[in-house]
Amino acid sequence: MLRVSLREISAALKEGRVSPTELCQRCLSFIKATKFLNAYITIAEDTALKQAEESEERYRRGQILGDLDGIPVAVKDNFNTAGIETTCASNMLKGYIPPYSATVVQKLLDQGAVLLGKTNLDEFAMGSGSTDGIFGPVRNPWSYSRQYREKSVQNSHTENEDSNWLVTGGSSGGSAAAVSSFTCFAALGSDTGGSTRNPAAHCGVVGLKPTYGLISRHGLIPLVNSMDVPGILTRCVDDAAIVLGVLAGHDPKDSTTVQDPFKPFELTSFIDASKLCIGIPKEYHAPGLSSETLALWSKAADLFENAGAKVIEVSLPHTRYSIICYHVLCTAEVASNMARFDGLEYGHRSSMDKSTEVMYAATRREGFNDVVRGRILSGNYFLLKQNYETYFIKAQKVRRLIANDFVNVFRNGIDVLLTPTTLSDTIPYVEFIKEDNRTRSAQDDIFTQAANMAGLPAITVPTALSEKGLPIGLQFIGRAFQEQQLLTVAKWFENQVKFPMIQLQGMMDHGHTVCRHQKSAFFS
Amino acid sequence: MAASILRRSLLTPRCRAGDVAALHSGPSRRRAQAPGPIASGRRAANSPAGERGVAPWVAVVGLEIHAQISSNSKLFSGSQVQFAAPPNSLVSFFDASLPGTLPALNRRCVEAAVMTGLALNCSINKKSLFDRKHYFYADLPAGYQITQQRLPVAVNGSLSYSLCVGRKKNQMVTRTVRIKQIQLEQDSGKSLHDDIRSQTLIDLNRAGVGLMEVVMEPEMSSGEEAAAAVRELQLILQTLGSSQAIMAEGQLRVDANVSVHHPGEAYGVRTEVKNINSARFLARAIDYEIQRQIKELENGGTVMNETRAFDFKLGCTIPMRDKEGKQDYRFMPEPNLPPLILYDTKSLPANTNHQQVVNIDWIRERLPDLPSVRRVKLVEQYGILPEHSFTLLNEDGLMEFFESVVRQTQMNPKKVIGWILNDMLGYLKQHNLKVKESPVSSLFLADLLNLLERGTISSSAAKQVLEELWKGEGKTPLQIVKEKKLELIQDQQELEQICQAVMEGHQEEVMEIKKGNQKVLNKLIGLVQRTTRGRVDPVLVKQILEKRLSQ
Repeated sequence: MLRVSLREISAALKEGRVSPTELCQRCLSFIKATKFLNAYITIAEDTALKQAEESEERYRRGQILGDLDGIPVAVKDNFNTAGIETTCASNMLKGYIPPYSATVVQKLLDQGAVLLGKTNLDEFAMGSGSTDGIFGPVRNPWSYSRQYREKSVQNSHTENEDSNWLVTGGSSGGSAAAVSSFTCFAALGSDTGGSTRNPAAHCGVVGLKPTYGLISRHGLIPLVNSMDVPGILTRCVDDAAIVLGVLAGHDPKDSTTVQDPFKPFELTSFIDASKLCIGIPKEYHAPGLSSETLALWSKAADLFENAGAKVIEVSLPHTRYSIICYHVLCTAEVASNMARFDGLEYGHRSSMDKSTEVMYAATRREGFNDVVRGRILSGNYFLLKQNYETYFIKAQKVRRLIANDFVNVFRNGIDVLLTPTTLSDTIPYVEFIKEDNRTRSAQDDIFTQAANMAGLPAITVPTALSEKGLPIGLQFIGRAFQEQQLLTVAKWFENQVKFPMIQLQGMMDHGHTVCRHQKSAFFS
Repeated sequence: MAASILRRSLLTPRCRAGDVAALHSGPSRRRAQAPGPIASGRRAANSPAGERGVAPWVAVVGLEIHAQISSNSKLFSGSQVQFAAPPNSLVSFFDASLPGTLPALNRRCVEAAVMTGLALNCSINKKSLFDRKHYFYADLPAGYQITQQRLPVAVNGSLSYSLCVGRKKNQMVTRTVRIKQIQLEQDSGKSLHDDIRSQTLIDLNRAGVGLMEVVMEPEMSSGEEAAAAVRELQLILQTLGSSQAIMAEGQLRVDANVSVHHPGEAYGVRTEVKNINSARFLARAIDYEIQRQIKELENGGTVMNETRAFDFKLGCTIPMRDKEGKQDYRFMPEPNLPPLILYDTKSLPANTNHQQVVNIDWIRERLPDLPSVRRVKLVEQYGILPEHSFTLLNEDGLMEFFESVVRQTQMNPKKVIGWILNDMLGYLKQHNLKVKESPVSSLFLADLLNLLERGTISSSAAKQVLEELWKGEGKTPLQIVKEKKLELIQDQQELEQICQAVMEGHQEEVMEIKKGNQKVLNKLIGLVQRTTRGRVDPVLVKQILEKRLSQ
């Protein structure tokens, strides 16, 4: 039952085939059974059960709050949740219980959703593996899938069964793992350079980064304020549309949200492909792109072309500067945003209290990991008076050029861009940590980053399994605030590729491990 | 130019650097030094010469003034703004910089800044930006202050102010100082240092309150000028209601950039004098600093570019032990606030929600009369002297009191002003009372002046009545007149007799007058007054005496 989509479980709840409490309990016990994935930092068992009971009461009275009533969800641990510990996977906020909820969290709760817990991440969302938080790395559920296991036995490097577990990608790896392993029906991530789409692709789920300004950031502990967007992770595109409909809209508490009212939409299954124009950015043929992903990408392009769509190669010439530009802008905002963590009002405070300055220094030394401190240092360097023009202003100008590339492409009639989400399928943890966080982040954000620079909506759709039996996703980038068009295309694509469901071994009752979809002939 | 204030002996330095621990005020203490003084030949060189007969010293004074915006809630949060509330009782999640909170700009604060900008003849920027200014300080929870470094809300204005010059300070001159800019920014919290327990206590009630920073160009040359400019600004802010501008409550904080140089030479090195939080000490602090720099330079020393605090107890400025003096604030655009866009009637888009926009023209049309206009009107309407108009505006509520009295009496306003400024204000000052605390209402004063005007009592009797009125016992002037029998003696015969009696009792004086010394006549009039306890009309008495003396 846990493996169905949000839409399906919502229908089951409405028809009384399952009760919110039963559903919640099942999810909670499954979270416990999959604890080794390390997807959750905090399990809010008591409040979740209480919320489920309340939901049940509403169902009984026939007064449900909306489509999400009774639906178990998970939230990345960098969103504030009133009364529930919010850590950002950092010593700095360990034990911090916020007095308010992020707007997006509140919107979920107001719709009757049941909040199961807070999901794991890289410390302060700085990373692309979900490996660099104080609670340890998140394990990709696909490490334990029959699809992967069978292939890796063939490749015969599984003497030690547990040593080859795979990273989820990041930084919203906990949320991606939670949705992928069926412990919740939707999860919130955050997306600053690809942090929602990257783990979604690696975990075989849908990851949506909406347009900047469409969803409130109030209560999301910021990484880069000018690029952060709450992300949505679901099992399918339809589910993402449902959650988007709940979250989108102006928030007086976030001045960067747009005033225009947002109208929730339902996606049609049918599209007239002949009216569609898909752009293939040539610059995304990047070094390091795996041949498998490349092949999949061009097959996907053919799929659209065969369906009658126009598929055109386009150029985004400045995208190649995106990563370096991001490095400057990100670290500068990080340096600024992290300044508030001084141990005075909240969070960790060092016992070294010889002077206020000593206390600040010790608090920040003890509270932040090397990655965070490194970014704070570089950011402050870029913001120094003598460097500001050379680095920060220049990076802002480059950012404008990157954004203008997209404007030009869309002005020339392109509806949606089709790109890879990641260079390849995911890799084992032992491989991943051979490179440092900065190198990994620079590599892994390459296809996702530019959309954040330009503030555009983008979605990754699980497309096929690699030779190793691991998911590969492809990304669609849409026009600003044209989520409906973007998701419609994504849904059509999803229906065509028929991505196989993960077959988890040993984690669930084997009797239920039925593959619901057959792989499409096209992508096999 | 007020040369007298440059006298070397005006203030004697009594304290050395480091005698007293640095004091702290608002966030201004850590602001970057403004760009160096511009060389200009505008300043006249009429200051007294230095001791060795070299060219005279000229002081250059610029001001940075932080005015707390009078608003119900803070600049970026919904917390209340209130003076002297219990510590940390007015702190929102944003004010305490809880992670994930975002600023939401208070429209009222923007309007206050626009209003102030218009009143100071500024151009209002239709687009302005917010920036983060970083520094670590315990009363700055976010580690940065949101301010307007790159593009402030108002620029290029001017402020005209007047001051009395000349030996007797009886000559009014009007000067103008350019306003560089007005920027919106957050106030900081307050740190209270408990040295005994070696603790610092933080009160965040003030953190995030809206400030307008008004930057005046270095175009003043003395403490007196600076004080007059600040006083005029204060009046303007209070007239607009954009700030209560009460210095004692920290709603108006002044920092002064001070340097000295010889005319024709480049400007000297500046110091920044902070913590001038009282109108009384403003001029003194600046003048002290001018003298200190002159003395330093004349003794062969140098002036260091440093921040100094004014210690009002010692009456001198002392270097602030501020390690952050040279700090880099690492300014950055505030990413959580879109540019602040203002409209005028022409640019206002159709179908706009008026709650969502600020219309500059709308504000301009509703500006109240500014102090300068009010003064001109007072002079024109009532025929009073310009300096009287200044006094009327300088005392809170005095102009209203004056106008109220004028409305209720037949007395010529030119005469009323004398009673207001000499008798009334003198008494209030002596008893340290504000106009609104006056025991004599405008109605009673008007009644009294009417009795005088109608000839019911003499002016010296009126003063006696006023004495009685100060007691605040609620008796009307007429009651007092009746009780004390202060009515003028109207009976001509009775007056003639009294005058005759006085003349007879003072033959020597009579002889003097008859010899031609008319001055002694006044003595006789006084004697008649004394005899009657002021119940006579001096003009009438004079006529009678003159008539009788010439007989």
